[in-house]
Order: sequence, then structure tokens, then C-alpha cells
Amino acid sequence: MYRLRKIQSVKRSICLKNLILFCCCLLSFLSLSSHAESTQSHPSDAIAVRDALLMDLTNASLKKSMPILEKIEQISSEEMLPVFTTLLEGGLYYVKSDRSLVQKRSIDGKTSFTTFPFLNKATNQQASELTSKKVKKIKVNNALRKYLRGAIARIQLSSTDISKRQSSVRSLLSSLDESTISRIHQLREKETDTGVKAMMDIALDLYSAENGSEREQVAAIRRLANSLENEVRNALTQLTKDDQPEVVRNAALTALKTIDQQVNRYALVDQLFFGLSLGSVLLLASIGLAITFGVMGVINMAHGEMIMLGAYTTYVVQLLMPNHIDYSIWVAIPAAFVVSGLMGVIIERGVIRHLHGRPLETLLATFGISLILQQLVRSIFSPLNRQVSTPSWMSGSVEINPVLSLTLNRLYILAFALLVFFALLFILKKTSLGLNVRAVSQNRNMARAMGVKTAWVDAMTFGLGSGIAGIAGVALSQLTNVGPNLGQAYIIDSFMVVVFGGVGNLFGTLVAAFSLGIATKFLEPVTGAVLAAIAVLVFIILFIQKRPKGLFPQKGRAAE
Amino acid sequence: MKMKTLVSSIALAGATLVAFNIHAADTIKVGVLHSLSGTMAISETTLKDTVLMMVAEQNKKGGLLGKQLEAVVVDPASNWPLFAEKGRELLTQEKVDVIFGSWTSVSRKSVLPVLEELNGLMFYPVQYEGEESSKNVFYTGAAPNQQAIPAVNYLKDDLEVERWVLAGTDYVYPRTTNKILEAYLKANGVAAEDIMINYTPFGHSDWQSIVSDIKKFGSEGKKTAVVSTINGDANVPFYKELGNQGISAEDIPVVAFSVGEEELSGLDTAPLVGHLAAWNYFQSVESDDNAEFITQWKAFTKNQDRVTNDPMEATYIGFKMWANAVTEAGTTDVDAVEQAMIGQETSNLTGGTAVMNKNHHLSKPVLIGEIQDDGQFEVVWETEGVVPGDAWSDFLPGSMDLISDWTAPIKCGNYNTKTKACSGQNY
Repeated sequence: MYRLRKIQSVKRSICLKNLILFCCCLLSFLSLSSHAESTQSHPSDAIAVRDALLMDLTNASLKKSMPILEKIEQISSEEMLPVFTTLLEGGLYYVKSDRSLVQKRSIDGKTSFTTFPFLNKATNQQASELTSKKVKKIKVNNALRKYLRGAIARIQLSSTDISKRQSSVRSLLSSLDESTISRIHQLREKETDTGVKAMMDIALDLYSAENGSEREQVAAIRRLANSLENEVRNALTQLTKDDQPEVVRNAALTALKTIDQQVNRYALVDQLFFGLSLGSVLLLASIGLAITFGVMGVINMAHGEMIMLGAYTTYVVQLLMPNHIDYSIWVAIPAAFVVSGLMGVIIERGVIRHLHGRPLETLLATFGISLILQQLVRSIFSPLNRQVSTPSWMSGSVEINPVLSLTLNRLYILAFALLVFFALLFILKKTSLGLNVRAVSQNRNMARAMGVKTAWVDAMTFGLGSGIAGIAGVALSQLTNVGPNLGQAYIIDSFMVVVFGGVGNLFGTLVAAFSLGIATKFLEPVTGAVLAAIAVLVFIILFIQKRPKGLFPQKGRAAE
Repeated sequence: MKMKTLVSSIALAGATLVAFNIHAADTIKVGVLHSLSGTMAISETTLKDTVLMMVAEQNKKGGLLGKQLEAVVVDPASNWPLFAEKGRELLTQEKVDVIFGSWTSVSRKSVLPVLEELNGLMFYPVQYEGEESSKNVFYTGAAPNQQAIPAVNYLKDDLEVERWVLAGTDYVYPRTTNKILEAYLKANGVAAEDIMINYTPFGHSDWQSIVSDIKKFGSEGKKTAVVSTINGDANVPFYKELGNQGISAEDIPVVAFSVGEEELSGLDTAPLVGHLAAWNYFQSVESDDNAEFITQWKAFTKNQDRVTNDPMEATYIGFKMWANAVTEAGTTDVDAVEQAMIGQETSNLTGGTAVMNKNHHLSKPVLIGEIQDDGQFEVVWETEGVVPGDAWSDFLPGSMDLISDWTAPIKCGNYNTKTKACSGQNY
């Protein structure tokens, strides 16, 4: 006990000493701030100045933070990297009592504050005792964030991590100045990784294309013609302006032409991806309907609400496991299938089987069910939208090259939609349930005569279709709002896809979903989102006039 | 789809009617015309609760003119024609003395003819496109010169933005606001090819190609910003897509006119940090009145996590002014209250004073805030003092010469200062 107290008192006296030192240093720093470089020769002084600056940072308003950070970067850039990154992420706090810096961390939903080990002035309060009331956030705005990104990139130029080196060179492309270029030049000599080397070459070329002699400019521009980087394109566009010498202008024009060709090609790929992605959403939404409406012939207006139930199941699953959002999807998919599937079975057993062969009544009854389900959700979960978090592995995008990057959530949903489609195709074609379903849908009486329990098959089929709609809801919860009206937004699209593809033909549904998706996305840039939707609808109406049975009509006796 | 909402809303409205039909005869009735279901419910239910809170508060103080206040709530279900029907129901069947209601401009336009026909009184608490001034409506939200124009000035002068994306939901508020902004930008020397205008339907959820277009538009070397008049829940997938395609606020900031604390509370704010919003109030503003209002709101909703927002402040100011005007006039008669309203002053929640001007619009401060990771805004810019609301824009050719003045001798919402004539149109 005694020892501990003694240590503490010693610590405190050190703190006091440091404080005096800070003040002296701060004074000298303020009066001789132009000599900041010289203080670097005395490490302890530099640390003291740095600590004093960090202290200022906790006091400063947003406008005053920038010069303070610049000074900190000048004095001791490399070791400040953790502080800069934490500040950029908005996790930098200070303890109210002694103004020492701490970092906010959340592990498994618990928030804790930890000190920075390299800052010698550790907080005198135990870090574990810090609660959010004892600390205050250091605020950042866009200007600061922009500066911090640049500073971090400058520091990470000499990082040991290859990908960090590469990304820092890349983020410096937009703010190349003489000192950065000479630094890159030095590092280029020592660089071993070819990817980083190439990126550094682009930076050097970019600089000489803008600032070199005429000869250097032309040579640099020629080398840049293979780069798709945005900054390169912008710099080249600037070089085609009239104030440049003719040779440079021509070189820039030819380089731009090559680049633009490539960019246009990738833009087409991008648009195709958007179309496929919209198509996969349409496919997911309509594939359940392709079974209930397409195979069974039931006009199910409550189909959208099955999707909605699936989306709400995702929300509930995430509520139940708040610390494992990344895995929640894997629980949500079977859960949604069961919830929507059960609801489907209940609807079939309770209502639809009594209305067999009466399409108009079925339509009205299922319409009523859809209103009941919506109101039910409204009463349980409130009319407000619920927030469904996206797992971290589904956020962001994969960058294929500087002009083409595919968003991950869309990519996963595209793959998922195809997976569900082929799984369903397998069930229908290769299992005994599938055989029964096909038999009942083709000829109910004959199937019954052969000993198929048609009532059971009806319930199972409807449950399957609804369950798949529930799975679609899980996917849609990642893309759009989870609210009581979620289903309404998709019911029309779903019917459109099924009718366009040909009723009773799963493969037709696939083709229809993707072609409608791609058509919409290619129309959208030309006509705008509102007109594109109208144009597609008009097209389908006209198409149905010509071919009432859709793209792939059923042939033979089954069609009768 | 419409049919569905209609049926469900009739059912809901029926239920509320039954609940509120039992009332004492001698009360002052306050109608609440906000959507409690449908796409706008996310924003409008909060305002209903705010009015209920203000009514309860006023009743605690002994009501008005010695009578208790009674709130009559109806649900127009985000269905624009239903606003007119519900408004008529409030005025003829319920005989309310005042209505607090509407969010979207299309719903206000829908109820307006009913208000004028039956001489009702409505307080409209949301920022809107202007180009209107009705004798029967008090506009306590911002006019374009109190939100859109200052926001564009901030982007232009402080962030040095040169290219502009005007993105909005496809209805009257975004279209008119963007028309004004386009005229304003062009008057300030922005070339036509540096302005991109885009409209999407209500509840739009597939933003991939639009966001990708914005990205392309913004990557051509000039600093680009998005001015967003996207309304309602379409914002959630829009910001998600921005985050997924890696557009950060430092590269292309989005300044929104319809995204406040309430909308952010239903959202994972991580990809939004640094984007901007322009309002006349933020919950994070430090003032005594605001602290009291927030405490009161949390206590009323029995929820410590509830947030406050700009339209709530507008409702608060409107309600306080109305209560003062009724006390001053000694009656709830619409014409008397309307005249008593003009010139009313009350403290706003940002530490200043709100004044009701002759054109039925308020004088307000303009604030611009950056979204923080806790869903609150950090004020990065504000006007010096208050800006009086301008009903008719100075940047549109048709309305440059128009003013609104509801005091004698002009008494007109649409007065042409050149021809010295009232257009005859009521609003």
C-alpha cells in the first residue's frame, strides 16, 4: 500500500515537472515556432512540445485544431499515427479531469477507453474506471478529416505493409507537392513491391507531366496513357487546354483517347452489373410467387407481405444477437424461411384451400390478408422503419480497377439469388416433393387417383413459395427500408416478372428478372428513374398483347 | 397500392374518430393532420407527438381563455388526396379551431383549398419551396431563402464547390427548390454543364446507377457537392449506397434539406459522418430553452433516446405564437387570430427570437451542421442574426416582383409591386 502511494506521488511529481517543462517549451515554441525543426535534436524537448500541443488540441475549437495538428505532424509524425487514425475515425476522447488523450473502443457492444501507451503522460485515473461521462470527444469536421487522411498517407508512405504503402501513394496523387515528390523519389529507390513501384511511377509521372520541361512532359504523358486513375485523367484534361504547348496538348489528347476508350468499356460493365443486381432483386422477390402463382395458380396478393415478414425476422434476429451482427444473417435465413413458410401454410390451410378454383375470391381474400399482416406489423413494431444493420463483410466494395468497383452487398445478393433459384429448381426437378408438386399442378384429379395427397402437397407448395419469399426479405433488408410497406413495393414487380417470363416456368422467371433489370438500368441514365419504370411497364403491356403467355409459354397438355 | 393505403387508413381513421368523439363541449380543439402511417410516417408521427406534448403543457398552465385544449388526431396515411378529406373532416365535423399539420408540400397543396373554402387556420411546420402565401396558413418552417440559398452559399464560398448535383424526390418541393437553386447558381456564373439534376420516385430504393453517375460527375476535377431534397425513407438506401460506393463527405459532400436528427435515429450513421444538413435548429445547439425542451420531450415520450429536430422547433414556435395570439385576441376566431399572429414574437430554441412577419413567414437563423457518428449535428456555419422568410423567390422570373403582405392596406398574398395589383388568386 505504502509503496504504491509513494510511486503515485513520485509519478505526480514527475507530472508536475513535466508540466513546468511544457510551459517553458510552449513559451519557447511560441516565440520561436519557426525553429521547430531545431527542437527535434533534443528528443525530450520535442516530446514536451508535442504533449503541450496535444493538450492544446483538447482545448481548441474546430478552426484552431488544424494548425495544431500541422505542428504535431512536423514535430513527431510517425509515432502520432495511432492518434491521427483514431481522430479520423472519431474515436479520440480526452479525460475531462486532466485532459489526457484516450481512445474509445467498443468490443462486443461494450465501450471502454484506453490510453495511448507511447504518450508518457498517462492518465492518472485508471483507464478501466473511465466512463463516457468522464471523457469528452475531440470533434472533427470535413476539413480536418481531409487533412488527417493526407497526413496519415504521408506517414504511411514508409509503412511496412505493402497495401498501406500503395494506398497512401494513391491518396497523395491529388495533392502532390515538391516535398512529397522528393520523398516518393527517395522511397522509389528502395521499393521492392512492383505494385507500389508502379503507383509511385504514376505519381512521379503525374508531377513531371504538370511541372517538367516540355520534353519531360510529353514523355510522362505517354507513360500515363495506361493509367485509369482519376487524377491522371483530370491532369491530362487540364493539359489539353490552350495555354499548353502544342506537342504537350497533342500528347495529352492521344493519351486521353486511349484512357477514355477503356473507361467507356468499364462503364458498360458497371451498368451491366447494376442491371444484373436489380435483376437478382427482382428474381428473389418473384421466385416465391413463381411457385404460388406460377405453379399452383393461386393469385397471391399477400406475397409481398411474406417478403416483409422475412425482413422483420432479420430485424428480430439481430435484436436477439446484437453482438454477432456478422453471423446474424446465417441465422436469419432459415428463421425467415420458417416464419414466412409457416405463415404461408396457415394461409393456405385457413383460407386458400376453401377458395380453390375461384380466382377472384382468392385475389380478394389474399388482398385482405395482406392488409391484416401489414396492420399487424404496424401494431407490433410501430409504423416506423426498423434499422437492420449490414454485416461488415457485406459493406463496401471490391475495386477491380480505379474506374470499376462492385459493391459487395449487391454481389452477394446476386450470388444468393442464383443459389436460391438453382436450389429451388433442384427441389422441383429431383425430389419426391417436386415430383408431387408437378403432378398436382399438371393434373390434380389424376394425381389424386395415383395416391398423391393433394391437400398436403398444396400446403407444402404454398409454404415453400412463401418461405422463399421470406428468404428474399432477408436479402432485401440489406438494401432497402424495413417497414410495413416493404412488400407493397415489390408485389407489382413480382407479378410483372412472373407474367413476363411465362406462368409456370421457373426458367422464364430467371430470364425475365434479369432482362427487366438490365433494361431498366440501361434506360435509367437516358430517361431518369421515373420514366424508366413507366417505359418498362408499357413494354410489358405491349409484349403481353403479342404473346399472352409470356416469354416461355408452357407447351403441351400441361398448358391447358 | 393506393387502394390498399386508402382502405387501411380509413380503418385507422375510423378507430381514432371513435376514440376522440367523446369530449367535453367547452374546449378549444386543436386538430393534428399528420401521417401516422405510410412513407411519411417516419417523419410526421414525431410532430403529432410534439403537438400533443404542447397541448398537455398548455393545459397544465390552465389552458387558454379559461378553457382546456383538446387535441383531435387524424391519420391521412401519406396519401395526398386524403389530406383534403381529413382536413374537411376536422373543420366541419370536429369543428377544430386550429390545425397543425402536413409535411410534404403536395399534402399542403391538397388541403389548402379546403382551408380557404372553410376559412380554417393551419400551421405548417416544415421547410418548403415557397411561392405561396395563404391567408389561412402560417408557415413556421424555412422558405428557400432561409435554408437552400444559405446552404448553397456555404458550399460555394466555404467549401469552394464548383459542380452541383441537385437530387430530389419527384414532387413539388424538390422541383421548385431546384428550379430556384438552378436560377440562383446560373446567376452566380455556374455553367449549365456543371449542374446535374436528378429526380427519383417516392421510396426509391435502387440507387446504384444514380450514385455511380454522381461519382462520375464528381470525379472530373472540379469540387462537387450534392444538394439533396430527397424526402422520407428513400434517404436510407441513398446514403447506404454512397457509403458502399466509397463516396466520402470529404470528396463529395451531400447537403440535405430533409434529413434531421429523427431520420438519422433509424440509420447506421457510420457512412454518413461528415455529410451536411441545413436547418434552422439542431438538437446539439446549446441554449437554456433547448435544454428544457429536450428534457420535456424525453419525459413526454418516456424514452431517453428520443431526439428533437427542426420541424419540431417550428411546431413549438407555431404553437406558442398561436397560444399568445389567441390570448391577445381573446377569441379563437380565425380572422381575429390571423391578425393577432402578425408581429408575434417568441423565443426560439437556438437562443434568439422568432418573429412572425406580414407574409405569414417567420424570421429564423440558418445553421449548417455536419453529421456526427452519434447521429447528432455539429454546427459548422451559421448566419449572423435571423433571416426573414421570403414567400416569393427573388430568383424566379415569375415571382421576382411579387410580395405577400397580409396587413392593411395590401392584404394580399400575391401582390405585384410593379403593377400594384393583387393577382386575385387567394394564395
